[in-house]
Amino acid sequence: MDRAEVETRVRTLIEPFNKKGVAIDEDTTFAGDLEFDSLTVMDFVAAIEDEFDIIISMNQQAEIETWGQLIDAVNTMQAK
Amino acid sequence: MSEGIGQPDKPAELTGNTPDLFSKFDPLIQQRADLLAAGVEDPFNLVMERVLSPTRAICNGRDTILLGTYNYMGMTFDPDVIEAGKQALDDYGSGTTGSRVLNGTYQGHRECEEALKEFYGMEHAMVFSTGYQANLGIISTIAGKGDYVVLDIDSHASIWDGCALGNAEIVPFKHNDIEAMDKRLGRIPEGAGKLVVLEGVYSMLGDIAPLREMIAVAKKHGAMVLVDEAHSMGFIGPNGRGVAEEQGVLDDVDFVIGTFSKSVGTVGGFCVSNHPKFEIMRLVCRPYVFTASLPPSVVATAATSIRKLMATGHNKRAHLWENSKRLHKGLTDLGFELGTSEPQSAIVAVIMPDLERGAAMWEALLKEGLYVNLARPPATPANMTLLRCSLCAEHSEEEVGTILGMFERAGKAVEII
Repeated sequence: MDRAEVETRVRTLIEPFNKKGVAIDEDTTFAGDLEFDSLTVMDFVAAIEDEFDIIISMNQQAEIETWGQLIDAVNTMQAK
Repeated sequence: MSEGIGQPDKPAELTGNTPDLFSKFDPLIQQRADLLAAGVEDPFNLVMERVLSPTRAICNGRDTILLGTYNYMGMTFDPDVIEAGKQALDDYGSGTTGSRVLNGTYQGHRECEEALKEFYGMEHAMVFSTGYQANLGIISTIAGKGDYVVLDIDSHASIWDGCALGNAEIVPFKHNDIEAMDKRLGRIPEGAGKLVVLEGVYSMLGDIAPLREMIAVAKKHGAMVLVDEAHSMGFIGPNGRGVAEEQGVLDDVDFVIGTFSKSVGTVGGFCVSNHPKFEIMRLVCRPYVFTASLPPSVVATAATSIRKLMATGHNKRAHLWENSKRLHKGLTDLGFELGTSEPQSAIVAVIMPDLERGAAMWEALLKEGLYVNLARPPATPANMTLLRCSLCAEHSEEEVGTILGMFERAGKAVEII
């Protein structure tokens, strides 16, 4: 799976959590632009983990602020 | 308002563009100011001027029934417990002024650990200065770099802080979700150490964990299991050892964390374990090493209380269950929404529609002469505002009836029911 396909899949996953329909690009932030609280983050991360059969620990989540960083991280993890 | 705010605000004078480090608290300061401006008594600044018994005190000048103390077994005024504390003050002085590993281990600390070993039927017991430090110390020390801690998202702050203090990878799962826990454990890289952290009773809603199923899953994946039984000790299980004992899986728990500040009726924390290498914790666990030990009077009261719970606790448990069931049913019948559909512990959580009405209800109850805990986000799950009631074995049947009457009047006045 390449990065573009990873992004397409994650875009489908984020839909139910993007309640205000914010337009998402590489620099969109989860805390700022999308206003994700900790519970939303947990549910969204769980959805990604189940889709790609990976773990994104909280330590790794702390390094991820933007959409682009998330797609990069998931792309790297799913390739392993 | 707090006594500390006795002078006008003096803005910090800073050089250049350096931000005031307190600016990050501005939203909370504003929320609190708005709440108090609405005329509500400050829910987080209550003073108990006199304490009359485990269930009654003079709070902000009023004779008040206490329904938010976690003093489940009512041991705080037990004559034997008090006598043991007084004797220890006379014999050993007011404090140890030292760490457990230096000059802070007295005979009383050893006796307290012996009492814990007997209470739980375990080989090792380690007493910390608070329950918070027990979680902080054990979790941060045993799960190191490259290890994984898999924990329930609704875990207590002390568990999260133990994770934050250590260097392990932290993986939370949805509250009490066995499948979510199973999946996450299954994805951990081969060869990594695994610690599963669970609680017997979750204190916000008063619900219990399906420990039998969860511990079986943890063991299937080769994980060690730590269970915090702070809110079940003395009350749940045939010997009051907690939810793991009640569900018949205490032997599969590697570490039980507990506290003296609830059923035991004083302050302090502990970990009991059968791990053969457990004693090394005393040298490597920083929150244990770098803290002064508990005062002799505290360990004496704790040891006496633990032994009394062992000998006579079963007499009180049935009455405490009756209280919990009666309060739960009464509040349900009045139309309140509760945290659990059935009573599962000595905690009954009443769900409030929002913080404003929660605070108004809390104040109305206080004016009726009832103290409960107001819990609000971020301490609560799903951003709920809760009025948490914790029952005591010393609450009489009559008192529970009085409490229900207070809830009915306050709930109608605030228009929640």
